Amino acid sequence: MDELKYLGRKVATGALNRRDFMGRASALGLTATAASSMMAGAAKAAGPQRGGTLRAGVQGGESTNSLDPATFASSVPYMLGRCWGDTLVGVDAGGNVVGRLAESVEASDDATSWRFKMRQGVEFHNGKTVTAEDALKTMQRHSGEDTKSGALGIMRGIESMSTDGDTLVVNLSSGNADLPYLMADYHLIIQPDGGMDNPAAGIGTGAYKVEVDEPGVRHSAVRNENDWDPDRGYADSVEILVINDATARTAALQGGQVDMINRVEPKIVDLVKRVPGVTIQNVAGRGHYVMIMHTNTGPFDNNDLRMSLKYAIDRQEMVDKILRGYGTIGNDLPINASYPLFDASIPQREHDLDKAAFHYKKSGHDGSPIVLRTADAAFPGAVDASALLQQSAAKAGIPLEVKREPNDGYWSEVWNKQPFCCSYWGGRPTQDQMYSTAYLSSADWNDTRFNNPAFDDRLVQARAELDLDKRKGMYSEMAYMLRDEGGLICPMFNDFIDARGDRVGGFENDPNGELMNGYALAKCWVA
Amino acid sequence: MHPILKLVAQRVALSLLLLSAASALIFIGTNILPGDVAQSILGQSATPEALANLRRVLGLNEPAITRYFDWLFGALQGDLGTAQTNGRDIAESLSKRLTNTLFLAFWAAIVSVPLAILLGLLAVRYKDRWPDKLISGATLASISIPEFLIGYVLMFYLGVQLRWFPSVAAIRDGMSLGDKLEVIALPVMVLTLVVLAHMMRMTRAAILNVMQSAYIETAELKGLSGLQIIWRHAFPNAIAPIVNVVMLNLAYLVVGVVVVEVVFIYPGMGQYLVDHVSKRDIPVVQACGLIFAAVYIGLNLIADLVSILANPRLRHPK
Repeated sequence: MDELKYLGRKVATGALNRRDFMGRASALGLTATAASSMMAGAAKAAGPQRGGTLRAGVQGGESTNSLDPATFASSVPYMLGRCWGDTLVGVDAGGNVVGRLAESVEASDDATSWRFKMRQGVEFHNGKTVTAEDALKTMQRHSGEDTKSGALGIMRGIESMSTDGDTLVVNLSSGNADLPYLMADYHLIIQPDGGMDNPAAGIGTGAYKVEVDEPGVRHSAVRNENDWDPDRGYADSVEILVINDATARTAALQGGQVDMINRVEPKIVDLVKRVPGVTIQNVAGRGHYVMIMHTNTGPFDNNDLRMSLKYAIDRQEMVDKILRGYGTIGNDLPINASYPLFDASIPQREHDLDKAAFHYKKSGHDGSPIVLRTADAAFPGAVDASALLQQSAAKAGIPLEVKREPNDGYWSEVWNKQPFCCSYWGGRPTQDQMYSTAYLSSADWNDTRFNNPAFDDRLVQARAELDLDKRKGMYSEMAYMLRDEGGLICPMFNDFIDARGDRVGGFENDPNGELMNGYALAKCWVA
Repeated sequence: MHPILKLVAQRVALSLLLLSAASALIFIGTNILPGDVAQSILGQSATPEALANLRRVLGLNEPAITRYFDWLFGALQGDLGTAQTNGRDIAESLSKRLTNTLFLAFWAAIVSVPLAILLGLLAVRYKDRWPDKLISGATLASISIPEFLIGYVLMFYLGVQLRWFPSVAAIRDGMSLGDKLEVIALPVMVLTLVVLAHMMRMTRAAILNVMQSAYIETAELKGLSGLQIIWRHAFPNAIAPIVNVVMLNLAYLVVGVVVVEVVFIYPGMGQYLVDHVSKRDIPVVQACGLIFAAVYIGLNLIADLVSILANPRLRHPK
């Protein structure tokens, strides 16, 4: 049994992963269940430890970054924000809303009026006590007429806001049962006085206080000794090194200069796995890669043509070749099983060249090449994925022309402008938010120009529906409409692939985002 | 006026003219790029309202010519403005980056220039024998391999496998000089390998050219050793082309090391410029462009002056 204890310790310190432990434990004659419960016990026994410095090498930081949460658009500021600030509510790994600076959330029966009761006795880094007024000002800053906040879109349904003692009251123009999910958006960090006077001060209520802020290079923060949440802030200090180059990022982890990295490229995952002291952490998320057609522009205004392309694409091949298996196949929906209220009984659309050829003939297309625009900016491997689609379409007699566009300016010149192109979505916490962002006919980012009044009606109805079964039914109905009529080809959902060194304790996968939904530095410890 | 002073004044005036022409070119270049600052800052998450708001805040609705002259007069007074993307003072952010770039370039030059010249001299001394062939072969091979690949190879063996040097050149304030030199060891090696061949070959060629002269034969006849002849008689007469190529390489060490900066995460000017180009942050791009142009023009100016001063025929024109 000493051998087992030794193995248990190794698991706890991260030197051994679960599979290895189970293998070795069963070699010692233990049943799988016993080994499994032992492992959990051992890992817990080691427990969080205080002290040390945790360092992350992160892709997605630029010299142009600011600490103003309204401007957050890439991984580094987002992760740093998770360290120094808090939102009103959060979303846990199971997809449930949990209270952060708001202790509890209550809704009126029609979900139009929401009350966020503030946690008492929480102080900002500058010593000021957090009040409902600060929360109100923050929301006003992100939704004001002249805001440039990335959260503006999700704030739009709010009709009025006010404070009532220690409670923030939010009134909506129409019911929205998902409002707390919207309030968990990472831009909406509560700042003193809403950050009205100095939005980029980096003063919040987080576990760490910003110490060094060199955009595009390095950010570091020291523990906030006055933190309100005891379940985080174990390391004395945390550091983010901006490492945009994939090879350099892996080398830094291997050389022990950082403890964790994000975005390990699928093609090198198997190599990284073999490196001693490095563990790959991959988790299926809501992010997906798409090929989008404008349903109001010829030739894509013909549903048969759209269907022919949907049947022509070989999803499994894409997952195998583009994601190297680190992902799951899509079903021409932006939604997968990671979403609450997902209807798993919707049949999977299969790769079927006969049906593709049938629909192509039925569409009566004149045989001129159909142009698909692509660039690696759209998603990693987009150019290759386009070539794969071109080849499988050719087998069904569909002439596809792949036009490679420059990465630079892709989002301003191609995406949401050209009728057929590659793109990606990071996913949203709820179905409502995903559909409202990109598939409601009036949405700004309706990048498939999907215009279906029945779909819109259902979306608004479902939003105010508090009965979960009924809501699920409505979402299922909408899913069928989009899958069978929409302009979206969704070949795959990509996993988040992170890697960490064996110094890191307490790493837990979170489908909401990379590196534990950005909380890895704040919640892990130096083991 | 002394003819040399006049010459210097002429050269400096010409350089300033060149610099202003360069700034105009940079400005035009940044303005014809597709997309605009607001769209690039907000990326895929841009809503029309947020875009319109940001454009107004950034003053993008002003005509281009007004923005250009506003900026130029500011720059003349040392005010480079604030970055449109994160509202930081450009001069302040830039000076830190520029210091880092110059630090790296300085140490790379300290290592590579004497080494290149020494190797060049040795190659001449042992012309067509195995040391010459080895030196030429090795340096030509290192210049032919893309620098990022040299970077990755050194990173893998010296950084990851042997762990002699850190693979991330994360230089920061408050480090001792020794620590700083340790973290930049790998990038300095890469840069040295990249610039060595050019300077070495030019040194070799220039000296070999001189070696054909009659006075070298005289020196040989009076019994000087091979290296003494090269050092005392051939090298001073070959200095002009050598300085020229050394300056070109120094300029490269300052303005052309983006790839090395990216590979080793070195916080220099190159990465700073690239980030701001991709976000269409015109004031920053122009400031960087102006500094790069100034460095290039300045170093070429020095090269010109040195070759004039080193040549008695140019120093004392008839």
